[in-house]
Amino acid sequence: MEYTILILLLPVLSFLVLALAGMKMSHRVAGLIGTLSLCAVTVVSYLTAYAYFAMPRQADGTFAQLMPYNFEWLPFTDALHIDMGILLDPISVMMLVVISTVSFMVHIYSFGYMKGERGFQRYYAFLSLFTFSMLGLVVATNIFQMYVFWELVGVSSYLLIGFYYTKPEAIAASKKAFIVTRFADLGFLIGILIYGYYMGTFTFDPAQEDLMQGALMLPWALGLMFVGGAGKSAMFPLHIWLPDAMEGPTPVSALIHAATMVVAGVYQVARLFPLYIAYAPETLHIVAYVGAFTAFYAASVACVQSDIKRVLAFSTISQIGFMMVALGVCTGMPSHEGGLGYMASMFHLFTHAMFKALLFLGAGCIIHAVHSNEMSAMGGLRKYMPVTHITFLIACLAISGIPPFSGFFSKDEILTACFAFSPVMGWVMTVIAGMTAFYMFRLYYGIFWGTENKALHAAHTPHESPLTMTFPLMVLAAVTCVAGFIPFGHFVTGDGLSYDIHLDSTVALTSCVVAVVAIALATFIYVRDRQPVADALARRFPRLHEAAYRRFYMDEAWLFVTKRIIFRMVSTPLAWFDRHVVDGFMNFLAWATNASAEEVQPMQSGRIQAYTVWFLCGIIVLTLLLML
Amino acid sequence: MEITLQQIVFGVVALMMAVCSVLSVTTGRILRAATALLFVLFGTAGLYFMLGYTYLGAVQLSVYAGGIVVLYVFSILLTRSDKNMNRRIPRGRWFAATVAVVTGFFLTVFLLFTNGFALNTVPALVEQNPAGVGEALVGMDKYGFILPFEAISVLLLACMIGAIMIARKH
Amino acid sequence: MEIHVISYLILSTVMMFAGIYGFFTRRNLLAILISVELMLNATNINFAVFNRYLFPGVLEGHFFTLFGIAISAAETAVAIAIMINVYRNVRNIQTDDINEMKG
Repeated sequence: MEYTILILLLPVLSFLVLALAGMKMSHRVAGLIGTLSLCAVTVVSYLTAYAYFAMPRQADGTFAQLMPYNFEWLPFTDALHIDMGILLDPISVMMLVVISTVSFMVHIYSFGYMKGERGFQRYYAFLSLFTFSMLGLVVATNIFQMYVFWELVGVSSYLLIGFYYTKPEAIAASKKAFIVTRFADLGFLIGILIYGYYMGTFTFDPAQEDLMQGALMLPWALGLMFVGGAGKSAMFPLHIWLPDAMEGPTPVSALIHAATMVVAGVYQVARLFPLYIAYAPETLHIVAYVGAFTAFYAASVACVQSDIKRVLAFSTISQIGFMMVALGVCTGMPSHEGGLGYMASMFHLFTHAMFKALLFLGAGCIIHAVHSNEMSAMGGLRKYMPVTHITFLIACLAISGIPPFSGFFSKDEILTACFAFSPVMGWVMTVIAGMTAFYMFRLYYGIFWGTENKALHAAHTPHESPLTMTFPLMVLAAVTCVAGFIPFGHFVTGDGLSYDIHLDSTVALTSCVVAVVAIALATFIYVRDRQPVADALARRFPRLHEAAYRRFYMDEAWLFVTKRIIFRMVSTPLAWFDRHVVDGFMNFLAWATNASAEEVQPMQSGRIQAYTVWFLCGIIVLTLLLML
Repeated sequence: MEITLQQIVFGVVALMMAVCSVLSVTTGRILRAATALLFVLFGTAGLYFMLGYTYLGAVQLSVYAGGIVVLYVFSILLTRSDKNMNRRIPRGRWFAATVAVVTGFFLTVFLLFTNGFALNTVPALVEQNPAGVGEALVGMDKYGFILPFEAISVLLLACMIGAIMIARKH
Repeated sequence: MEIHVISYLILSTVMMFAGIYGFFTRRNLLAILISVELMLNATNINFAVFNRYLFPGVLEGHFFTLFGIAISAAETAVAIAIMINVYRNVRNIQTDDINEMKG
């Protein structure tokens, strides 16, 4: 498996070439370099996946963990050292496939979407950087390598959100994303340090005796790491950056803020899953509750947003909540069935990446066509954009959980796992799944049905996007149609053993019915031009509507916490202390040095006679001293 | 305790030298200073004679009194430096210099008196034979000074060339 | 009665400190040079006196004095050459005014 190094090398090379020489290239050449290297990466990833899963299983029925590369990078002690390498196991191979596929599609798509943009080469350079970082994150052999690439992912996300750096909103959004995730990563770092201190290693499988000794601290370490994961995966209350991150170019939203980066938190929890399940089941349950609340919160906000990318952003948050819940509801006993949620979560990660990327890319086509993000500017677009319409519909059906699309299968597994955990959790998640179907179809009808906005279209008729943009849509739609039939349980499961996915007919039927009802409700309310029911509801509960529209004032709450409490109570006194005491001390030192220099300096007059006077005085003093 | 002729002569010469050396650093006229220096040099030559170093005295007279002072007088006349001899150094510095000098002087005198020279180690007056001096100067045996002599010759040559190079018109 | 060694030494001390005083207080290069000559002579006298009184059998002090005279002659020649050169350039040989070469 030595060729897996190419997976990391190619994007970083492409980034270097584009970043250093990109401005000298034409747009076409730069785009081709990025896209071709990504194409190669995709091919290598598929090869890796094929080779990996074609390997015979080990005697205990699991797939072997491979480390084609692992070299020592920073040695601290004999036991504690940071390595850099490539780790292949079922989830990392699965992530390789997901990331390279979506990234490749986005590269192709961006050809059309970003055509003629200023900074086209820079855009592709950043995309390569991001792909490199994300791939490095998933193949990390230890928690610290993961952290390094984690931050790299954060940086490239920052760069891409702020791609339109002349737009104040984009700058603010990129800063917000960076600061919020960075703030959360502080937890991650502290968690890593605790982990390293007590386990004596940064690898994912510490020695048994260290685990025994550090078992008390392990839940804390994992909990703190989850804070980092929650930041990256936009879990409540650290989700506030993700909706704003939509200021970036839409393909970037598709790649980073829907399919890959935001699931890093899920991936992190999954990566540490054996530790969670054995030593910190309570922490795992916290993950589940946070995920469930986030899923509900985001779904309720998504129901009233008018910016289509915001709707998708909240839907992403909600779906990641689903994945977190699925991980969190796992139990150690019995190990095989109890780990169903793990499989479900990874499965949902996989399918969600595909259909959410498809949704975002479709949204990108729509925005491209009408030059607006607002739903009010849309309506009736199905005539103009047939390919986008069909693929978008497929994705909506998938996310709503309608068979036979992929989302149905993965969501069904999640719900089964939730019911196994507790019926309450199961029902809550089912309801959230219904809300998902509702707001997705609200979005769908708002965009493609209803009357078109004549005033807007008068100047500019919407048109279908070029092939570079529709081709990825079709590919992803095809994947969405068939991905559900992948025997995912054979590849990725909690305990590594093969697991046959079987549909629990009760759960499947319930969720289907809920989804269909929700879609019907959405159809009833939103399919027509006038939406009396929606308006009536908004009038009936103006407070609630307003609160949901304003995302339940979470941004304001954060602003209150940061500005009013942290800035005023902590930062201002600290700043005062810094300015007056620390700086004062330093200024005093500088002043004292300066003053003494001013005093001494005239002595250095350059008059040799003055020097000799001092010389004689010195001799006299020395003589007197000798006489004593 | 009777006073010998030698003591009288020494006393007179010493007094003249002390007065002239003080005069040469305090007078306001550069030419007077040079003249006072000349008298000091004469007195030094006299001391050498009294010590019995007649050759040294002769050299002192010819080189110093005859050569160097003439050079001074020439350069004084060449540079017309007399007119700004009256510029005084700042008072503080003058005060510091005076204090340092007086302190140093008394300290040295104190050391001289406390240092064991009180013993009467005066030898009989022996005339130093100039031939012996010459032989020692170019001698290569234990008390020969050929190496310093050569060194000083080269130094003098270098100084001469240097002086010509520096002073010549460009 | 012979002349005591201390008499010579006090005389040379007077000359030495007179020279030092001149060196400190004079502002004319030539006057400074005169002071330096005074100091040199004082040391020369010391050499000769010590040679004569303490080690009468040898000639070290004698030759030191001799070399001292030679050195001072050389020094004077060079110093005066420099002074004349300086005077030619700045029309002045006051130490305070010659500060162009100060770092």
